[in-house]
Amino acid sequence: MSEQRYSKDHEWVRVDGDIATIGISDYAQKQLGDVVYVELPAKGKQVERGAEACTVESVKAASEVYSPVAGEVVEVNAALNDDPAIVNTDPVGKGWFIKVRMKDKNEFTALMDEGAYAKYVAGLE
Amino acid sequence: MESRRTPLYDLHVALGARMVEFAGWQMPVQYPQGIIAEHQHTRSKASLFDVSHMGQVRVTGAGRAASLEALVPADVAGLKPWRMRYTMLTNDKGGIIDDLMVLNADSHLFLVVNAARRDIDLQRLAGLADAVATELADRTLIALQGPAAAAVLARQAPGVENLPFMGAGEFAIDSVPVLVTRSGYTGEDGFELSAPAADAERIARRLLADADVAPAGLGARDTLRLEAGLCLWGHDIDETTTPVEAALEWTIQKSRRESGTFPGADIVRRQLAAGPKRRRVGIKLDGRVPAREGTPIADDRGAPIGTVTSGGFGPTVGGPIAMGYVYAAHATTGKAVTLVVRGAAHKARIVELPFVQHRYFEGRGR
Repeated sequence: MSEQRYSKDHEWVRVDGDIATIGISDYAQKQLGDVVYVELPAKGKQVERGAEACTVESVKAASEVYSPVAGEVVEVNAALNDDPAIVNTDPVGKGWFIKVRMKDKNEFTALMDEGAYAKYVAGLE
Repeated sequence: MESRRTPLYDLHVALGARMVEFAGWQMPVQYPQGIIAEHQHTRSKASLFDVSHMGQVRVTGAGRAASLEALVPADVAGLKPWRMRYTMLTNDKGGIIDDLMVLNADSHLFLVVNAARRDIDLQRLAGLADAVATELADRTLIALQGPAAAAVLARQAPGVENLPFMGAGEFAIDSVPVLVTRSGYTGEDGFELSAPAADAERIARRLLADADVAPAGLGARDTLRLEAGLCLWGHDIDETTTPVEAALEWTIQKSRRESGTFPGADIVRRQLAAGPKRRRVGIKLDGRVPAREGTPIADDRGAPIGTVTSGGFGPTVGGPIAMGYVYAAHATTGKAVTLVVRGAAHKARIVELPFVQHRYFEGRGR
């Protein structure tokens, strides 16, 4: 079971080797409400750290999802095209967005761990 | 400025609502069940909406109907007692200052106006020639909407089930006098209840105690009205759009078209005769990408023809829908258009409004 870390923009990241899986946190999906569409990048796209990688559309509005790490998109979660609501029902599991081959693993360790993120979220409420 | 609370604020918080600022009011955007569930519940059973942020206005005076007709294009004088109409305050260019409901409450006229336009409307109504408009503060407005609404409300106020669509009457709920209109903003059968603010929570809780009723917030109110093809002021209509451009000419009765004595009548009548340059239409997207307000509309060759004024996901439709204005030549059902979202062109078609058929009460007295 690999460690999960979080960005201030409420993305989570899990790492297996140099591959980072990225999604949005439970807090983020609750804030968004019912997700009705997710726009995923093309495989092979280079994403910068902190740059826009996906767009998630809830009933209310469109929101950007930023990649907490830089690298190449090697896989996207095609299941979200058929059932975007997975982002609501299983945000940190089946509701992942993209997998990125990281350029620099230190970008992962620089993110908040579970405890730090829990405190960060508590401070927002 | 501190935003205002409706008489149901504590109830919303107790029900776990997410509160947002809307037109200067703290309003529930959704409850824990979420917008889609609230939307579906309204279409299948009945939902309770707090719409107390809207302005309630009483117009009194012997000349009230004729005076109001000088400000709106609807036939007010011809309204029978306890019947209501949807109309709009127009400006000298035929633009829409606000849209509103007018009820002939026998001894007076009762108006319901948009929260964001209340002060501007009251200023406008201060100019009534031979009548006086008074805002009814200290009142709540509760909407009960959905196919089960009549049965639910009849258990509290027997007789409401006999009201015709766009009809009204005075009833009592738990001994509280309530003005009930058979109207709403969802496309479903339903009612709006005007009652003293002090009794708001008691009435709302009685209705919510019914197994068929759940609370719904502004989020569901918006998806429901969009599917019903109903306009939202400040988005689909405003001071630069006329009733004809907005496809609301059905609100201008024959007598008023002939008399032409409302603000902007010359422009409106010219548009009625020759057709407007642009027209509000419904748009259905082929894919799953929602097109929000402000999205450019192009023809099938990419030339710009208009703009989306309301758009999002229609839970009953099961996909993205939008309303917007296009040049009249393109305002034809079935016409292929493209919507440009985040730089990518998406195929869409002009469709008839509403997206979801209205299910207003059709019995008795129509």
